[in-house]
Amino acid sequence: MQRGILDEEALEEYVQERVITTTFDKAVAWARGNAMWPATFGLACCAIEMMSMVSARYDTARYGAEVFRASPRQADMLILSGRVSIKMAPVIRRIYDQMLEPKWVISMGACSSSGGMFANYAVVQGADKFVPVDIHVPGCPPRPEALMYGILKLRNKILGEPDLGWRDQYEGHGTEEGLRSERAGAISVERAGSAPADGRLVGTATPTAEQLATEARMLAAAEDAQRPISDDAGVPGPDRDLA
Amino acid sequence: MPDAPGLELIAHEINTRHEGSVLGTTYDHEQAALLIGPDSALKVLRYLKEAPGQEYSFLASLHAADYLPRTPRFAVHYELLNMARVERLRVKCLIEDPGEDRLPETDSVTGIFPTAEFHEREVYDFFGIVFRGHPDLRRILMPEDYVGWPQRRDFPVGGDPVIFTNTEDEIPGWTKGS
Repeated sequence: MQRGILDEEALEEYVQERVITTTFDKAVAWARGNAMWPATFGLACCAIEMMSMVSARYDTARYGAEVFRASPRQADMLILSGRVSIKMAPVIRRIYDQMLEPKWVISMGACSSSGGMFANYAVVQGADKFVPVDIHVPGCPPRPEALMYGILKLRNKILGEPDLGWRDQYEGHGTEEGLRSERAGAISVERAGSAPADGRLVGTATPTAEQLATEARMLAAAEDAQRPISDDAGVPGPDRDLA
Repeated sequence: MPDAPGLELIAHEINTRHEGSVLGTTYDHEQAALLIGPDSALKVLRYLKEAPGQEYSFLASLHAADYLPRTPRFAVHYELLNMARVERLRVKCLIEDPGEDRLPETDSVTGIFPTAEFHEREVYDFFGIVFRGHPDLRRILMPEDYVGWPQRRDFPVGGDPVIFTNTEDEIPGWTKGS
């Protein structure tokens, strides 16, 4: 549609029909929650169920969690699919550290959640001793439906209640990755729009002169756009007569 | 597999050459075993490997057992095999528990059977039995910084208590309020 085709009221109605307003937080959470790519990381027999989760029968692509990434840099979610031996724990921790924020961990099955049947010297009794776990999926092993239910629970958490994350549970605010100097004054995407939990200053309190000038330029441009178009200034075209 | 009289013959032959090295024999479920002390492991195994008529030239396995509360507490088992006759012979090297601070010791047989190197490292890893003369005695399966000998019978079974949502109030410092 070209400028000037609709008059003011019709234009207003047109905009109301086609534009929704939301917060940046919600838009980001919507994007994150619908594309959680797991890391390609199988630990034990639960990994078989995890693999069948992406098959045509279960098709977790419906929830955007089918792309198992071979690199932790590209993965959003780590599924601990099986018992974690004490020699594997530092390896998992390193993979978790290599993943980029935001990242989530699903502990799949009894073994990684609590040690399960492996109550012995070789197995870590619960994976949340070394990584923050968001969702525990019970079962031995859980069926693919159960794991997908866990993924949907995680999705609901990301979409609806992002404050239920592990940082609140474990009081881990301020551990977001990135350079400390970058974090100090910048608006954290994680915490934007909510009060800082640890009293740390999030965002700049007073706008600088440069920011004020930029704002003034943008306001002037917006006024220009709203000015009614005179007859000889419009763009020639077939729809011209409709205005 | 030597039968029971054959086993007694072997024990007698060894004892005539090396006085008092074979402490006894057992014959259970058609499996023959010689019982020896920790100081005679080298000469008994060398004799069984090299003497004409014996020639148990293959060490199929080397492992240990903890017989707590029996004494001697530990035993290292050598599973020997004569591949020409398809005869198996077990040698049990009985080792006393030297006490709290010290580790039980026996001789390494890596000089006779090179395959024993990794087996002895595994036994050391899980039972804390030291093999004198081993070229590289350190942990093989457990992490390097692990403390304890996990396959001993007095090693605690089971891991840590697991915190569930219905028990987390009992764990001090876990929930925010407590």
